[in-house]
Amino acid sequence: MSIIKSNIEAELSKRILVLDGAMGTMLQQYKFSEEDFRGERFKDYPSSLKGNNDLLSLTQPKAIAEVHAKYFEAGADIVETNTFSGTSIAMSDYDMEDLVYELNFESAKIAKQVAEKFTNDNPDKPRFVAGSIGPTNKTASLSPDVNRPEYRAITFDELRMAYKEQVEALIDGGVDLLLVETIFDTLNAKAALFAIEEVKEERQITIPIMISGTITDASGRTLSGQTVEAFLTSISHIPMLSVGFNCALGAEQLKPYLQRLSNATHHYTSAHPNAGLPNAFGEYDQSPEQMQQFIEDYLKNGLINIIGGCCGTSPAHIKAIAEVAQNYQPRQIALRV
Amino acid sequence: MSASYYNHPTTNHRKYLTLSGLEPLVVTPESNFINIGERTNVTGSRKFLRLIKEEKFSEALEVARNQVEGGAQILDVNMDEGMLDGVYAMTTFLNLIASEPDISRIPIMIDSSKWEIIEAGLQVVQGKSVVNSISLKEGEAEFKHHAKLIKRYGAAVVVMAFDEDGQADTYKRRIEICKRTYHILVNELNFPPQDIIFDPNIFPVATGMDEHRRNAIDFFEATKWIRENLPFANVSGGVSNVSFSFRGNNIVREAMHSSFLYHAIKNGMNLGIVNPSMLEIYDEIDKELLELVEDVLFDRREDATERLLDFAESIKDQKKVHEDKILEWRSDPLQDRITHALVKGINTFIIEDVEEARLASEKPIHVIEGHLMIGMNVVGDLFGSGKMFLPQVVKSARVMKKAVAYLQPFIEAEKDGKQEFAGRILMATVKGDVHDIGKNIVSVVLGCNNYEIIDLGVMVPPEKIVETAIREKVDIIGLSGLITPSLDEMVYVSQALEKRNLDIPIIIGGATTSRAHSAVKIAPHYSNTVVYINDASRAVTVVGDLLKKDSQLYKDQIREEYDLFREQFLKRTRKKEYLSLKEARKNKFNINWDTSEIVKPKALGIQVIEEFDISKLEAFIDWSPFFRSWDLHGKYPNILSDELVGKQATELFADAQELLQDIFKNKLLKAKAIFGLFEANTVNDDDIEVLVQNTESKASKSTVKFLTLRQQSKKAAGKPNIALSDFIAPKETGLQDYIGCFCVSAGFGTAELAAQFEKDNDDYNSIMIKALADRLAEAFAEYLHREVRTKYWCYDQNENLSNDDLIKESYKGIRPAPGYPACPDHLEKKTIWNILNVEENIGVELTESLAMWPAASVSGYYFANPEARYFGLGKIKEDQVEDYSQRRGIALEDATRWLSPNIAD
Repeated sequence: MSIIKSNIEAELSKRILVLDGAMGTMLQQYKFSEEDFRGERFKDYPSSLKGNNDLLSLTQPKAIAEVHAKYFEAGADIVETNTFSGTSIAMSDYDMEDLVYELNFESAKIAKQVAEKFTNDNPDKPRFVAGSIGPTNKTASLSPDVNRPEYRAITFDELRMAYKEQVEALIDGGVDLLLVETIFDTLNAKAALFAIEEVKEERQITIPIMISGTITDASGRTLSGQTVEAFLTSISHIPMLSVGFNCALGAEQLKPYLQRLSNATHHYTSAHPNAGLPNAFGEYDQSPEQMQQFIEDYLKNGLINIIGGCCGTSPAHIKAIAEVAQNYQPRQIALRV
Repeated sequence: MSASYYNHPTTNHRKYLTLSGLEPLVVTPESNFINIGERTNVTGSRKFLRLIKEEKFSEALEVARNQVEGGAQILDVNMDEGMLDGVYAMTTFLNLIASEPDISRIPIMIDSSKWEIIEAGLQVVQGKSVVNSISLKEGEAEFKHHAKLIKRYGAAVVVMAFDEDGQADTYKRRIEICKRTYHILVNELNFPPQDIIFDPNIFPVATGMDEHRRNAIDFFEATKWIRENLPFANVSGGVSNVSFSFRGNNIVREAMHSSFLYHAIKNGMNLGIVNPSMLEIYDEIDKELLELVEDVLFDRREDATERLLDFAESIKDQKKVHEDKILEWRSDPLQDRITHALVKGINTFIIEDVEEARLASEKPIHVIEGHLMIGMNVVGDLFGSGKMFLPQVVKSARVMKKAVAYLQPFIEAEKDGKQEFAGRILMATVKGDVHDIGKNIVSVVLGCNNYEIIDLGVMVPPEKIVETAIREKVDIIGLSGLITPSLDEMVYVSQALEKRNLDIPIIIGGATTSRAHSAVKIAPHYSNTVVYINDASRAVTVVGDLLKKDSQLYKDQIREEYDLFREQFLKRTRKKEYLSLKEARKNKFNINWDTSEIVKPKALGIQVIEEFDISKLEAFIDWSPFFRSWDLHGKYPNILSDELVGKQATELFADAQELLQDIFKNKLLKAKAIFGLFEANTVNDDDIEVLVQNTESKASKSTVKFLTLRQQSKKAAGKPNIALSDFIAPKETGLQDYIGCFCVSAGFGTAELAAQFEKDNDDYNSIMIKALADRLAEAFAEYLHREVRTKYWCYDQNENLSNDDLIKESYKGIRPAPGYPACPDHLEKKTIWNILNVEENIGVELTESLAMWPAASVSGYYFANPEARYFGLGKIKEDQVEDYSQRRGIALEDATRWLSPNIAD
């Protein structure tokens, strides 16, 4: 395990690594029906399961493996497991809390198998699997009820325990690193990071951690109100591989915040922006070429060590990004001793 | 964790303390000095405490907002107060702050001496906060445990220069402790050094004591040493401590703060708690004063303190008379002398002054209505505006009563004068309750304000209250009580008054009463006004408002307020989830009985202690509650040097000591105790079966059951639902376990002494003797518990704990008392009385509400298991009440009545 980890460290010092693009966008193309989501195993499950993308790792594992393979083919160095909603908190929407361990474990295994195949085919370009850890659908530092500002729908401890379950399953399933992403409430992320530290201590292991926040809009802040620098300060107690931003904005809108983050941190930086801003129909229509131009702008300015895509991005986008990324030197960590 | 290869170490020049709220705060050498706002601290601000206690959170938020607007760069939040649910208050307040972007933009300092409150705070702040504080006080293991968690929660930490041997008060001790903690944090725990903030203790100077002369220098030098020798660590402190000995003289204090701060910053202090309104600009300090102040700070002259004192004296406000010139006031005009005697509580000259006034007046009654009332009005105003404290007012009342007693025969001889009172007030402690300290204090305060008090005493049945109210045509009825069954009694009284269509406002007070109870449970039963009064100082205003001519407006307002409060309370959102009793029992507190150590008591059976030297208890007294009973809030001994109440606390303490020594010397109070240690096992989850030797036939034993109650609120995962029975081995383990129970009293003689004092018009000492007897009873319980642990049960023979440790309950095993949080069921006292035959053996009785008489008594159980701990039962559900009524063999409605304060609604 430690060999693989030192690999990603070594790779990062040499070049810019490419992260995959959207999983959801790709799965939509399969047009899975309620029956497809259920598969044989859950055909009598009492609640509706359509839309539970994480479940597809159990019912349509081939499709998930195919998507991973397409991103690796496009040039990605890292793919994310299909576990964005893989906590008991998010899964409670489908009454599937009890499946959390299995979902994460299987998703990690699928991604890992694909990654190993690609690494074996081309040992010069080792491929990695990042365990995707989403924000859940509850916020620990915001009240969902404007009339009761002191109320919270979820507590730190509940989050911590849910995340711990997910992290243990991802590690057991063989992920190379963990990616705590789409952080719109830093307190949720702190609970995830707390859980990771607990697992690390209990198992006496180390595992690289990528942390990725979300700047919601032009205010330049997270949904919970923090500036770029305050966000960075709030998560810096954890030894991390990289820090960055994803989702909500397109590459163009994200740039100023990435610039600030790059100035303020001595860790590696990452970004996986959306394919532009959604159009009037809620669709992302930025073309791979357009996105490539904005990303090239990051690269010229030396802002980035890990780059990929979020909502609306496809293997074509990742291919365009990978092509341009190989022409540039990675961002230098100037303050490194 | 050894430096991980992907965790890039930072270069030295970037290692600055960095905190965040919604925005970051970087403490660089250029930031000079970071000011921490500290008005959101219940131990430092009475106003904030009141707002939190009354759950006026939006006003409390305003306090926070003012701090931020006033330039605070970090917000210190402290909820450490005995009467508060600290975890709830901290969580709620920080959650509210999180929804106020203009407050939450700055980082939070989570300030508590209790780890559970600190952790609750850490779990609700998204930014990088500061914990204030941890230290080696409780040893290295606990320190490391907490530091590790603080790091994992992502906070910086204030470390107090405090270790196992106490607080550092010399330069050497300061640097020793800081060096040791730094080493542990940085080298053993990999704690970022820039996240450490040392508080090397700012202590007062110019106290007149030689050992305090270097207090400022030692702080400066320690600060300098820390900044030079402990890389990247920061230094903080509470500046106002330094000037304690000049309380009341703001010019000197401000100069001291500025100069101290100036030099502390020069030596490297980079954060601190300073009240900006108590700070002079360094360059604008009067040069002469500055030199005198710095002579003191730097201990530059033998006579530095005297010179500063002299200077302080010369600039002191004319009105403030120095104690040395105490007798000067004797040459003032008559009225001034009488007022002075009343305000200062001096009764030495009052008879001669009153006599002079009588001779000068047309009628003796005029002295009361004129001279004395003018003086008492000054007292009332000062008290009302927070410039006088309760013990002083009670002393004033003593002077007043002495004066009135002297005038009485003259008034009666005239036969045509009668004192005109502002109103007549009936005061009573309700049926079944014997506690009257609070009621007496309110009576005295109202008496001072020219109200006539009809005091019916303690254990007053509703009929007597109703009859007296009618017969005496009282204007207001005051009800008081301390134990929980008294809450129901108050409801009965209000119903009895309603039945007779009485139109008399009721005021409610006492330790278990609350605005919530008054509004929700009493007010709906009574058509006239019901007002809850939380402390004595409010009584005068409330009574004044109730009795003024157009009081209807006020009454309507109160009614409306309570209706609203009741409505909100009943639909309040603090939703709690409960487990069924069955589920709760499944989640019990598990002790591993295979490995748990059970010690058989050396002496099983019952022992009585009758002849006891009460002076042995002095060292065991916990003084903090004593001050609380006088409305002085703070921890002993710090309260003696408290900025606000320190002077009063010191005087009160001296008076208490005097009476206490008198009690010891002349054996004024008698203490007795009884305890028993028995074989016991838990049966059916929640009952403890006790084997008691029958007194008649030594050979036979009978079984008696203690019934315990189990927590039912839903806990965080891994946290148990505790009942006391969990601490005793269940029968099915086949292990023989043990339990003890006891009753102590230090109250024999209290009532007689109090009556004697009252006869001498000395309410002050009458209240004092009761408060002291209470303390002695608690001390006796502490003392007896130690004796049991070390000599009778002998499960902890090696124990060697100081009184501080005892108060903090650091010992092994617990002694919970029926009627208190772990076992709120008062009926358990009956079982204890049965087993120990308490009444016959030592003469402590139970009233119908199960209060103990004499009042200064304590009863409870002994649990020896090392894992036994104190907890609060919290609310329980109907299923447990029903189960309990069957176990107890009483009707469900009786069970509901006894347990009502703990039944979830």
